[in-house]
Amino acid sequence: MAWFPDLYRSAIGKKAVMAVSGIILFGYVLLHMIGNLKLYEGPKALQDYADFLRSAGTPALPASGLLWIVRIVLLAAVVLHVVASWQVTTASRRARPAAYAGASRIHTGYASRTMRWGGVIILLFVVYHLLHLTWGAAHPSFRQHDVYHNVVAGFQVWWVALFYVLAQFALGFHLDHGLWSLFQSLGWSHPRFNGWRRGFAHAFALLITAANVSFPIAVLTGLVR
Amino acid sequence: MILDSKAPPGPLQAKWQEHRNHLRLVNPNNKRKFTVLVVGSGLAGASAAASLAELGYRVKCFCFQDSPRRAHSIAAQGGINAAKNYHNDGDSVFRLFYDTVKGGDFRSREANVYRLAELSLNIIDQCVAQGVPFAREYGGLLDNRSFGGAQVSRTFYARGQTGQQLLLGAYQALSRQVAAGQIEMVPRSEMLDLVVEEGRARGLITRDLVSGNLERHAGHAVVLATGGYSNVYYLSTNAKGSNVTAIWRAHRRGALFANPCLSQIHPTCIPPSGDYQSKLTLMSESLRNDGRIWVPRDPQDTRPPESIPEEERDYYLETRYPAFGNLVPRDVAARNAKHVVDSGRGVGPQKNGVYLDLAGAIRRLGRQAIADRYGNLLEMYQKITGEDPYTTPMRIYPAPHYTMGGLWVDYNLMSTIDGLFVLGEANFSDHGANRLGASALMQGLADGYFILPSTLGDYLAGHLGETPVTGGETFGVVEAEVRARIGRLLAVRGSRSADSFHRRLGAIVWHACGILRTAAGLEAALRDVAALEDEFWHDLRVSGTGSEVNQDLERAGRVADYFELARLMCRDALERDESCGCHLREEHQTAEGEPLRDDEHYSYVSAWEWKGPDSPPALHKEPLHFDYVEPSRRSYK
Amino acid sequence: MDLTLYVWRQAGPAAPGRMVEYAARDINPDSSFLELLDVINERLAERGEDRIAFDHDCREGICGTCGFMINGEAHGPLRGTTVCQLHMRHFKDGEILRLEPWRARAFPVLKDLMVDRSAFDRVIEAGGFISVATGSAPEANQVAVPKPVADRAFEAAQCIGCGACVAQCPNGAAQLFTSAKVSHLGLLPQGQPERLARALAMVEAMEELGFGACSNFAECEAVCPKRISIDFIARMNRDYLKAKAQGTPGRA
Ligand SMILES: Cc1cc2nc3c(=O)[nH]c(=O)nc-3n(C[C@H](O)[C@H](O)[C@H](O)COP(=O)(O)OP(=O)(O)OC[C@H]3O[C@@H](n4cnc5c(N)ncnc54)[C@H](O)[C@@H]3O)c2cc1C
Ligand code: HEM
Ligand code: HEM
Ligand code: SF4
Ligand code: F3S
Ligand code: FES
Repeated sequence: MAWFPDLYRSAIGKKAVMAVSGIILFGYVLLHMIGNLKLYEGPKALQDYADFLRSAGTPALPASGLLWIVRIVLLAAVVLHVVASWQVTTASRRARPAAYAGASRIHTGYASRTMRWGGVIILLFVVYHLLHLTWGAAHPSFRQHDVYHNVVAGFQVWWVALFYVLAQFALGFHLDHGLWSLFQSLGWSHPRFNGWRRGFAHAFALLITAANVSFPIAVLTGLVR
Repeated sequence: MILDSKAPPGPLQAKWQEHRNHLRLVNPNNKRKFTVLVVGSGLAGASAAASLAELGYRVKCFCFQDSPRRAHSIAAQGGINAAKNYHNDGDSVFRLFYDTVKGGDFRSREANVYRLAELSLNIIDQCVAQGVPFAREYGGLLDNRSFGGAQVSRTFYARGQTGQQLLLGAYQALSRQVAAGQIEMVPRSEMLDLVVEEGRARGLITRDLVSGNLERHAGHAVVLATGGYSNVYYLSTNAKGSNVTAIWRAHRRGALFANPCLSQIHPTCIPPSGDYQSKLTLMSESLRNDGRIWVPRDPQDTRPPESIPEEERDYYLETRYPAFGNLVPRDVAARNAKHVVDSGRGVGPQKNGVYLDLAGAIRRLGRQAIADRYGNLLEMYQKITGEDPYTTPMRIYPAPHYTMGGLWVDYNLMSTIDGLFVLGEANFSDHGANRLGASALMQGLADGYFILPSTLGDYLAGHLGETPVTGGETFGVVEAEVRARIGRLLAVRGSRSADSFHRRLGAIVWHACGILRTAAGLEAALRDVAALEDEFWHDLRVSGTGSEVNQDLERAGRVADYFELARLMCRDALERDESCGCHLREEHQTAEGEPLRDDEHYSYVSAWEWKGPDSPPALHKEPLHFDYVEPSRRSYK
Repeated sequence: MDLTLYVWRQAGPAAPGRMVEYAARDINPDSSFLELLDVINERLAERGEDRIAFDHDCREGICGTCGFMINGEAHGPLRGTTVCQLHMRHFKDGEILRLEPWRARAFPVLKDLMVDRSAFDRVIEAGGFISVATGSAPEANQVAVPKPVADRAFEAAQCIGCGACVAQCPNGAAQLFTSAKVSHLGLLPQGQPERLARALAMVEAMEELGFGACSNFAECEAVCPKRISIDFIARMNRDYLKAKAQGTPGRA
């Protein structure tokens, strides 16, 4: 394992770690989004899905075993991603201590400019989200193992729904730059597919944002109740 | 003084090999005991510094730019010659030698030129191995083009950036030696004087351009590779920092200055557009392959050029030189353009150019074909002038571009000061009275990569055991002189900037000692330069102090040296009472206005000795012999 | 045309700096930006005031010596152009222009608009070369280089080392500069033997010199006067990661 600290020492190494953890997080968010679509199939479908997640991997693994493996991987990914992003951000601040008087951005889009604050919003969102829908501590009427109720009741509070929507936009922008950026960070560049990288990032960022935003909206508008 | 060229005897083809066989060598263990000071990190300096360091010498290398990657060599566009004969078109070392001697109008040393042609082969090998991205053909082998009217394709190129790519190759080799601890690179540092002790070059006084401090450096030998002095004309194609100071200071310390008046004027540059103009930009002469040169017949014609009908245009080159037309050599094209403009028929807002018209070629070949050939150039032209060369004729005018003159050196590249070697454009070079296109890069690299590393050892072998020190009396004296001179420049406290004097000096030299020269004009110029120089020392204004970044002071010092150089140039031009190479002495031309060279009286290198600020310099002559090429008259009629 | 300039004046590396206003009257639109500064400087000099220091040499856009920020854009508003090739006709009469030096920790200001870019030389010294001593080269046509490869290497080799990429990068990263050299040499057959070791050494030198980390902002590409592509950054990252994966030893 000596290679890891060695690689991690360099900024390019840190960015590679961020890219790989970003891919893991992206993979989770994508699957999570697909799973959440069961919301539209009614309480039973969603509940079955939630139960399935808990029992997946049995009997080879104990109940919730696979879920815990996933949780550990996710937690590790989040920690690495956040710590590395903190470190590269401070290094870059040090490298460019002074701003220009006539500041104008030429190329950087909104998405890439907001990576740092966007990341913080996502982090806050996840903490809140866990308190809200997983642990129920921040939920007005949390019912253990009644996922459908928790979601619908949760989103019926308009400002909660609004916060979810805003957070999804933050995530969308983060992915819009991140899903393109990771190709650069990992050196995946070739004239044959370089044209696709932006499209890939835009498409998945849009897909995930649209789908995730649809959940609170659907509840608020009464489409799902 | 007898000028011994030390050109070896024996058949031409064997001279260099034979010579090398007999040069003394320095034992590998002893090489690190020698310190060599290399001033300049252009093609000549960087290649020399890197190669000497690879051999094991300790090298200290200086440049005034912030990095050795930026020397003026970087601007060369066209290419570099080598007699590889990859095109099977009959090229050979002998032919390159022959063309160079003839192109130089028989004012160069045969032995040197032959060696240059031989080494051209090794240069390309070396550069390719370093990673210089020369243009290639589809088969992956190197591409060549024919350049500057050569009958064979022997020019290697890297799009329009050959100089840059070659320099980066040399810079990278130099950087490798810096990393290895063999070279100490001292950028942002200007050599202000040479220290000569007991007739031998022992060191330098430099000024750190950031702190302003004067510094002493001692070495076993000093190498000057400080480039050319075309900036004496103020407006030239050279980089703004190019200067004569290094070699001029060495000249004042005893190095003879050879052929100072031999400068090359390039015919196709963008004419100045106003007083603020700070430099001129070259447009590759390859444009003349497809462009037709003309001016309106009526000098008062102010119509836009596109709307002037054919019969009212004067295609003066095509009329005068039906055989060669627009492809006459550089000097002929340049001279005729000056004639036309001087006679009041110039074009453009300042009436200072002639048209180079691509309309015919665009009609014949299509816009795309022209864009493929000259796209980059035309874009640059458009950037600078704001005019579209695809729809309106370009305006061009000659501009000083290269100086064949420089410090006199022998076959070993050593000047008349023992231990002072001079390379690249800074020496009086192998180009005689006129340089062929794409051969300056070749010469700089031959000097630096191959010649000096062989010949320097022979000199150093005789000086083992000596320890150069900067503490000696001479260093103190020279440093005090440099300090006094800086003080003098700062103390004038007049009212005008160094640039304003430089601009006026340039105009005088350009008119009297440019393409066209007359005895009367040169004599007048000698007086005018002296008068202006006097004014300079009474009315110069340098702001700031000597102990900080002071670009005003840097300029003033350089301009002061240009004054002295300008006087020497005019004197040399006056003395060379013949038309040769790039310039026409109006007294010596045929009835049709073609130059008349005078081999009987002027087949020599003039080498001038400094005799003090108030005494005229002394002329020494190195006679030239031609055993392998019969001097002939150039004719393009 | 008339312009108002605010120029960063700083007497020396340690001195504080500030923006100073200069009125530029009757400027010829055909002059270049550096010629505009020449004109201002000449007026300053004749009044005995300290001229605005700025680096420059070739004034043809090839040496990479010149460069400063104009209204927050490295080399000014015109793409693919250095300030020496930027002509005043691209500005409007009466415009206000703010000139500042490159700002990055690795590029300390020396005076006014002049900065110390020697960190770039250090990056090259770390490995930006092919180790071939003079005289040891094989015949030039012995190794054929496919034209597309040669052309691509040339594109990377065009970098003029001006530092605009670092100046514009919000992270002060030197990725574009470094990757251009890593790619130029790493693409050519002659550069293969040292390819991974070179990438490793140059990246490590670059990071030690205080340049920031790359977030793939692509600002650098936008201001690069030679339009060097950020594809080369990806290429450098790949070589670097490969070197790490293979345990390539660094240079001593
Ligand atoms: C626009 C243009 C295009 C050209 N195109 C071609 C071409 O296509 N083919 C060709 O063969 N030739 C060409 N030439 C000519 C050729 O570029 C030069 O002759 C050649 O590059 C000179 O190289 P050099 O090493 O002798 O000097 P330079 O490259 O001028 O280097 C001089 C070095 O000396 C240093 N120096 C100078 N003075 C001092 C001082 N006082 N103290 C400390 N350091 C000092 C400088 O910092 C620099 O490092 C061209 C020239 C111009 C102007
Ligand atoms: C609007 C969109 C979202 C909805 C409706 C939603 C819904 C849910 C629900 C219902 C649960 C609880 C599942 C259970 O306990 O069985 C959950 C868990 C979770 N969600 Fe979300 N989610 C959304 C967006 C996100 C996003 C964007 C992220 C990440 C950035 C995220 C990360 C998580 C995590 C980490 C868990 C805990 C999983 C576990 O380990 O049990 N969610 N989500
Ligand atoms: C579901 C959650 C997340 C996903 C899918 C995700 C994904 C990504 C991806 C793919 C990248 C590009 C990596 C690269 O360029 O190599 C990235 C970059 C980044 N992420 Fe995240 N991320 C998530 C959460 C976070 C969080 C919680 C933070 C911080 C608190 C964060 C901060 C950053 C930052 C600052 C960058 C840019 C780093 C840089 O290039 O300078 N991200 N993210
Ligand atoms: S990559 Fe471009 S911007 Fe950066 S130094 Fe090179 S030429 Fe300048
Ligand atoms: S702007 Fe900076 S963040 Fe990277 S892509 Fe360019 S170096
Ligand atoms: S001065 Fe050389 S690039 Fe601008």
